[in-house]
Amino acid sequence: MEATYSGDIMTLNMGPQHPSTHGVLRLELKTDGEIVADAIPHIGYLHRCFEKHAENVDYAGVVPFVDRLDYCAAMNMELGYVLAVEKLMGIEVNNRVRCIRIIMAELGRIASHLIAAGTYGNDIGSFTPFLWCFRDREKILDLFEETCGARLLYNYNWIGGLMYDIKPDFAAKVLEFVDYFEPQVENLNKLLSDNYIFVRRTASVGILPPEVAINYGVTGPNLRGSGVRFDVRKDEPYFGYEDFDFEVVVGKGDCGPVGSCWDRYMVRIREVKESCKIIRQAVAKLTPGDVHESIPKRIKPPPGEVYMRTECPRGELGYYIVSDGSTKPYRLKVKSPCFTAMSAFREISRGAMIADIIAILGSFDIVLGEIDR
Amino acid sequence: MNPQEISALLTEKFSAKVLASKQDAVNPWSEVEASSLLEICRFLREDSRLRMDHLELLGGVDYADHMEVVYILYSMEHRHRYTVRCRLPREAPAVKSVESVWAIANWHEREAYDMFGIGFEGHSDLRRILCPDDWEGYPLRKDYVFPKSYWDMPV
Repeated sequence: MEATYSGDIMTLNMGPQHPSTHGVLRLELKTDGEIVADAIPHIGYLHRCFEKHAENVDYAGVVPFVDRLDYCAAMNMELGYVLAVEKLMGIEVNNRVRCIRIIMAELGRIASHLIAAGTYGNDIGSFTPFLWCFRDREKILDLFEETCGARLLYNYNWIGGLMYDIKPDFAAKVLEFVDYFEPQVENLNKLLSDNYIFVRRTASVGILPPEVAINYGVTGPNLRGSGVRFDVRKDEPYFGYEDFDFEVVVGKGDCGPVGSCWDRYMVRIREVKESCKIIRQAVAKLTPGDVHESIPKRIKPPPGEVYMRTECPRGELGYYIVSDGSTKPYRLKVKSPCFTAMSAFREISRGAMIADIIAILGSFDIVLGEIDR
Repeated sequence: MNPQEISALLTEKFSAKVLASKQDAVNPWSEVEASSLLEICRFLREDSRLRMDHLELLGGVDYADHMEVVYILYSMEHRHRYTVRCRLPREAPAVKSVESVWAIANWHEREAYDMFGIGFEGHSDLRRILCPDDWEGYPLRKDYVFPKSYWDMPV
């Protein structure tokens, strides 16, 4: 987007306590009237030095910490971490653990995308979708609570297994939820996705071209919104995702140029349906088994390094673990999907209107807990 | 290309500048000389056989006797990945910035600078990113001593 600037540049501070920044993020906007000449993100307000903490607790003790990275999708955060340690130690889990983990991860993805869609509608000025999304998300949190006692931060995936087995009626309840939820997506589309005002606010702003997205390491729904068909679950399958039948959703530019805010939003809505498909298949594949079977007595990986990436709701989550053969990680580095998406923000927000900054920021679906770590 | 072929290609092209490589690791890697890192990264990105256009991870590691910067690269076109490592001295570690090769390196390098004090020569905006600007020391170094307070606030 090109714009010519005239007159004096004014600095406008947005955040860190701004409701539309989805956490504590400060944007330093250089504005020329209503046009944003530059938007400089300042992050770190939520920095807890997770990576230093992880060096001082044992491998199993890191799991509650990873929950607190992306607190909107804690199940997916845990899954990535335990898979990385299991890869380093060469642990194979049984089919029951695998299916339960995948059900949990996909439910987590739906819950996370519901937050994304609901709060995005709220940012743009539409309040009802927010309530609808949170109503449905509550049902997922209820399922999590029945299984592990927690609604937000679970500590449910353990290295080599799970904390508890699921309740006998869990599978039936999951299917009941999926049956209920799938038609709700259509209702949300009618209310928000196809809403004229919403489309006008989002469909032609914040265009992220695919080559820029790749250069900035943008991943997940934000990358797919730009029309790049890439999903780690499909293109570098891990943990048996190759056995599941689902589509990789990409932005098609139905309402404007490809890679717009609307495309990124719509990828999430369509992905939710694919997650429902995966959940149905995973429930069908559930077999009896012991979820504690492969949990090692002592977690002491051999010296070496591992990099494991998984597709979490906000993009590729990577864990780089260096082991020195002791019971604690020597170094644990997190590749955070929101961090990379946020770095592309400055590039695509130049020349936008101030009001569009909210639309662009919301469409990236960032969680500051994960950016700042 | 599989890791063996990538490693062979790197050795063929840069011979003495590739110091070591390990192909039977969980993540196969090559260690390269710090002074030619930028040149090697550019080759990895531009060469039509490699096309490593996605910098997945850039991070520092503090081994007690030296520092290391790790670059995990992936090709969206060829769907292969490779790890490049670079060994730096613990006193005043510095390496050339790869910001001109991958835009995302800008923030990753700022983070490595913030956490480890690694200097990236040629970086456009090398300042702290996660810690406050006036923070002292580099928290992820192994010999880091936590401060008792920050601006009279207990830490």
